[in-house]
Amino acid sequence: MIRRLVLIAALLFAFPLAVSRPALAVLPSEMLKDPVLEARAREISKGLRCLVCRNENIDDSNAKLAHDLRVLVRDRLKAGDTDQQVVDYIVARYGEYVLLRPRVTGANLLLWAAGPIMLLLAGWIGWRYVRSQRGDGQGDGLSDEEQARLRELMRD
Amino acid sequence: MTAELGHFSLVLAFMVAIVQMIVPMVGAQKGWRGWMDMAVPAALSQFVLTLLSFLALVWAFVSSDFSVALVAENSNSLKPMLYKITGTWGNHEGSMLLWVFILALFGAMVALFGRNLPHALRARVLAVQAAIGVAFYAFILFTSNPFLRLTMPPLDGRGMNPLLQDPGLAFHPPFLYLGYVGLSTSFSFAVAALIEGRVDAAWARWVRPWTLAAWLFLTLGIALGSWWAYYELGWGGWWFWDPVENASFMPWLIAAALLHSAIVVEKREGLKAWTILLAILAFSFSLIGTFIVRSGVITSVHAFASDPSRGVFILLILAIAIGGSLTLFALRAGATQSKGVFAMVSRESGIVLNNILLVVAAFVVFVGTIWPLFSEVVLGRKLSVGAPFFDLAFTPFMVVVAMVLPIGAMLPWKRATVSRAMGPLWGVLALSVALGGLVLVLQTGTPMIGPIGIALAAWLILGAGADLAQRIRLGRQSPGDSLRRLVNLPRADLGKMVAHAGLGIVILGISAITAWQTEDIRVARPGQTFDIPGPRSSYQLRFDGVRDVKGPNYNAIEGEFTVFQDGREVARLRPQKRVYTVSRQPTTEAAIRPGLFRDIYVVIGDPQKDGKGWAVRSYIKPFADWIWAGAIIMALGGLLSLSDRRYRVAAGAARRRRAAAGAVAAE
Repeated sequence: MIRRLVLIAALLFAFPLAVSRPALAVLPSEMLKDPVLEARAREISKGLRCLVCRNENIDDSNAKLAHDLRVLVRDRLKAGDTDQQVVDYIVARYGEYVLLRPRVTGANLLLWAAGPIMLLLAGWIGWRYVRSQRGDGQGDGLSDEEQARLRELMRD
Repeated sequence: MTAELGHFSLVLAFMVAIVQMIVPMVGAQKGWRGWMDMAVPAALSQFVLTLLSFLALVWAFVSSDFSVALVAENSNSLKPMLYKITGTWGNHEGSMLLWVFILALFGAMVALFGRNLPHALRARVLAVQAAIGVAFYAFILFTSNPFLRLTMPPLDGRGMNPLLQDPGLAFHPPFLYLGYVGLSTSFSFAVAALIEGRVDAAWARWVRPWTLAAWLFLTLGIALGSWWAYYELGWGGWWFWDPVENASFMPWLIAAALLHSAIVVEKREGLKAWTILLAILAFSFSLIGTFIVRSGVITSVHAFASDPSRGVFILLILAIAIGGSLTLFALRAGATQSKGVFAMVSRESGIVLNNILLVVAAFVVFVGTIWPLFSEVVLGRKLSVGAPFFDLAFTPFMVVVAMVLPIGAMLPWKRATVSRAMGPLWGVLALSVALGGLVLVLQTGTPMIGPIGIALAAWLILGAGADLAQRIRLGRQSPGDSLRRLVNLPRADLGKMVAHAGLGIVILGISAITAWQTEDIRVARPGQTFDIPGPRSSYQLRFDGVRDVKGPNYNAIEGEFTVFQDGREVARLRPQKRVYTVSRQPTTEAAIRPGLFRDIYVVIGDPQKDGKGWAVRSYIKPFADWIWAGAIIMALGGLLSLSDRRYRVAAGAARRRRAAAGAVAAE
């Protein structure tokens, strides 16, 4: 595992140019004969990160490593794995980092709940604010001169 | 010599900014008119100095002065002239110089167009603007100086990333920066108002045009970047939820919220503290965006710079600007009493809902963007947050925004009833749902995004139409009368309808391309014809062969394809694989046949080992161009609103008053 990380780090820093080699992402030679299996492979690939790239999934990436992972995904599918088993297999080998959709476990719960929690909070503040606006608002006391100036500016 | 002149001008601009930051602010506190008014010449001279500095750098790039380190690293004498010029900001140092240049430009514009501002407010706004400038001049001069010379200049430069040698990306940064930095003006106005302790309708009338302009440029900048990704990266992706994209998207969302709430301040004297907070948040997210892009802390497709000293410097600016302004807000926001009273159901509360949804959506993007960093540094858990997360967590907010938008847009101010506002909308609602149902029945696949997206898009576009029809009393009065009403309709109202319809068009494009794009990947031999299935009709592609092409600074292999739709020839497409001679970096140039209802998109890949076939990828992308067309229409709506009579009248009134003041020689 450590050795693999070192390798990945070396790839990351040593060959940044190799990463953007524009061969086609999914190569015709990689594709499975069975269209259903191939469609599943594509769907799984979209959720897996190309480890040596910057924020690209392996389906879109041209990197060698992405190619290897695509082939690996297809090999597992051919061996009869379910989608979940394939993903688990890849995660076991490459770590959680490979998942573009973070798991809903541990601290990640906070990540997934951030939107709903914030919405409740903001909704509550907004509701209180709107309710408070029904009361009498006091003017913030512009002087007469300022009022006149304002009227002039507001005049359409 | 010009490089030294540029460097010298920049140092001078830094000095001027320091003075402009202090003197007018002190003057405004003490009520010294002369000290306040020096903000104007200071802002103008700051602009002239940064312009000189920027032009000096452009000149270094144009004249290929390789004794300047930045030029040697990022340019090349063979590069076409256009990309020599745009190369000025295609790198870290140059882009930061563009950043401060635009900042100074906005400062100068406030000084010029702000003649009708109260002197104290103008002085404070320009002082805050200068303070931001000081931070960024220091950043450039101490960590990212673009004018450093080399003792041993190379004979030729190292070239520019070929991906950037493209018209779409060449003009993407200036637009984006006009947006990012334009929000600094709203921020300066907000901070000045907090210091002054007063927010009124006139204040909102000055703030709103700046926000509108910034939002408009940000919209265009983001659309330009997305369009570039679509045709340049080789598979027609147009949005990746990349940290750098998110960095521009967050301020866009907040700015959209801000320009709505500023209307309430302007027309109803309500939501004052709220609006100030949004103005602070909008620019804070711009700064966060700059930090994300410029520090390289979150590595991503576009991050070129990665040097920790820069990151720490920007983080410091970030902490002072955001921390300082929020502290000021906490201390002084209580002083901004709102006047306008409104009921639970009213245009005001509709805008509050809009603000909540947009801000929370921006917050979700923010959390998702920094989560990998947070998780790794704090929890020691290395993970990724990619497109699948954002698609799931962000999309619901936009769906709700689209659902409530047409109703909110029809609600009258102060007090309203939903049933009355829905009056003209029932027909639109029925039509949109029917359209969604029709799509559901017609489409062969299962994705629900198709029918839902189309129904929402129709709801927005037709809803904007219904709004217009009601305003001009179409059908209820004579056509001539309606036409007269249309002509007399305030531009701001027209802009609102156009922008809302534009959002509908964006949603339509996104839903259609996501739901119904088709793809074909294969090995093709010259002479071979093959089918690509489209969502409606079928297409045949004939691969006619390949040839070598020589460009100004690259060599390419070009494939030639003839496209037939239902047996009729519709296009000849010539995708390329380029290798740039200096950097040896290859790129793909997709060939696209754009159409109103679909794009045909073909990419050629590597030759096969047997030497006869080529890897070919082809796509049918339905309604692709609607995404960017919709964004342009949204920006157009902003422009219409910006040209509203009341902003021009305000300027005219100031001129009249000055003339009058001049006549009696007193004010």
